[in-house]
Amino acid sequence: MTAYVIRRLLQAALVLFVMSLLVFFGVYLIGDPVEIFVAADADQVERARAIAALGLDKPIWEQYTSFVQGALGGDFGRSFVFGLPAVTLILQRLPATLELAFAAVFLTVVIGLPLGLWAGLRPDGFAGRTILAGSILGFSLPTFWVGIMLILVFAVQLGWLPSNGRGPVAEFLGIKSSLFTVDGWRHLILPAINLALLNIALMIRLVRAGVREVLPLDYIRFARAKGLSWGRIVGVHVMKNIMLPVVTVLGLELGAVIAFAVVTESIFNWPGMGKLIIDSIQRLDRPVVVAYLMVTVAIVIFINLVVDVVYSLLDPRIRLKDLDH
Amino acid sequence: MTLVVEDLQTQFPTRAGLIRAVDGVSLQVGPGEILGLVGESGSGKSITGFSILGLIDPPGRIAGGRVLFQGRDLVGLPEEELRRLRGARIAMVFQDPMMTLNPVLRIDTQMIEAVLAHEDAGREAARARARDALARVGIPSPDERLLAYPHQFSGGMRQRVAIAIALLHKPQLIIADEPTTALDVTIQGQILFEMRKLARESGTALIWISHDLAVVSGLADRIAVMYAGRIVESGPARAVLAAPLHPYTRGLLDSLPRGAGRGQRLVAIPGMAPSLGRLPPGCAFAPRCSRATAACEAMPALAEAGADRAVRCIHPLGDAA
Repeated sequence: MTAYVIRRLLQAALVLFVMSLLVFFGVYLIGDPVEIFVAADADQVERARAIAALGLDKPIWEQYTSFVQGALGGDFGRSFVFGLPAVTLILQRLPATLELAFAAVFLTVVIGLPLGLWAGLRPDGFAGRTILAGSILGFSLPTFWVGIMLILVFAVQLGWLPSNGRGPVAEFLGIKSSLFTVDGWRHLILPAINLALLNIALMIRLVRAGVREVLPLDYIRFARAKGLSWGRIVGVHVMKNIMLPVVTVLGLELGAVIAFAVVTESIFNWPGMGKLIIDSIQRLDRPVVVAYLMVTVAIVIFINLVVDVVYSLLDPRIRLKDLDH
Repeated sequence: MTLVVEDLQTQFPTRAGLIRAVDGVSLQVGPGEILGLVGESGSGKSITGFSILGLIDPPGRIAGGRVLFQGRDLVGLPEEELRRLRGARIAMVFQDPMMTLNPVLRIDTQMIEAVLAHEDAGREAARARARDALARVGIPSPDERLLAYPHQFSGGMRQRVAIAIALLHKPQLIIADEPTTALDVTIQGQILFEMRKLARESGTALIWISHDLAVVSGLADRIAVMYAGRIVESGPARAVLAAPLHPYTRGLLDSLPRGAGRGQRLVAIPGMAPSLGRLPPGCAFAPRCSRATAACEAMPALAEAGADRAVRCIHPLGDAA
């Protein structure tokens, strides 16, 4: 297990390195930030000073080397726009995105799992068919449209919930989060539903398919022949067998919503990382873009590692060293 | 009698029409008795076993007949009452040991839950019961093996575990659905021996479902031969094997390799087992039977034929036909 984790961490370092190369030079190719940051009527001297201040006067490979040197020490450079360290900017925004991501994953589990179970256990019933049909909607409706509709109905028409921003933050056990205030929850509900919808649909179909696959198997019939209650058969024998794909999707989802909550965060004006990255790309704020992607990649790699470990806990037939191949 | 099945009908509606997987099966088995239920794949013998336990999944259903277990009809019993019987009074061992244990649960989990499903014993008492049951079926170092997962066992060991689970509550009836088919011949012999000993010693009634007459011949007290959902012949094992009355039983016996000498062709029953959706109107075996005549187009009844024997044939063997 330790050897496995170490190997995975080395792989992660390699991925991060390649990622930094691609992003650094990629953003360099998009455009020249100088055109954006330096006032149009600045003279040559001011211009040169501004360029030197940002470190853009050196050749690109030299810029990259100094970036890597800084990055190894945890310094990803300063934002061209805000003048603050890029990492600081991202860490400021991270809690808001994490709140949103965890809320979405939570909704996916508490809504998607029971509905999927129901649809799988009673595929021919009215409820089962309705759930399945509903999941198709969840797949096919575009996120931005659903977001706008949610705002239109629940914020504008009914006026039940706020349409944008994050609620007030309270501190609990040293963690500052809007989850600890009622108004924070009210702000969170709509974006979380918006973000979770597609994943709920995915979860429903996944669980339904899993249940349908496991139910006809001999070991379920044997469990019934042992005289187990239906609740125990579904809750233990079926559930434990369909957990592998569920954990996979939850892991992927968590990574995806942390990294790509961009659309939802834009619609609901949620002050998370997604909104920061969009703004930064538009302004060619390279240190922030690079740092953001590095942080995101690190998070996704970490989640995948956790998923692999959970795999081996869930299914005794999987040993961690086999997952390498 | 421990179990009396009367005119059991189990049907499955399909797009091609109604499949009568079990069509009027009657059988009985008493304490300590071993009944061999023999037939080819698709003859309805496994479905008969599942029907007795009420384990027929919709859209399949028991359409008629009675399953009297210790005098009480199980057909139409509420699910909860069936559940209390299953595993406790009537146990079942399945065909494929690789598939009967849940792959992601430890053996102890699967055994302890079986104990606790019927008794309010504590977990520790249940664990002790599970360990004893494993020891009884000849699994070495049962304490250690309880902590293992099914994939760490061989097929034979897994079937022993399944049998140990079936024995946990000392049931009055065990239905064994080809439990040795997937096993090595040596293991098969051991398990046959143990099951027989068990039935004799504890007075458990045993229904042994098999396609293999050779296995059943060494084990069963009585034999019932099934073909296309019906019983075509039944009687004491010795008598049926020595002088079969139904041409199908004769065919099964002839196709066993023991009779043929070296270099001799094995006798096979011509044709194939019929599809249950397209049965001929009369005797289902007639198209494959050398003795069939026009009279076989009407369904023959299961008629008594001598001491404790019955046959469903218009031209039974040993007849001067």
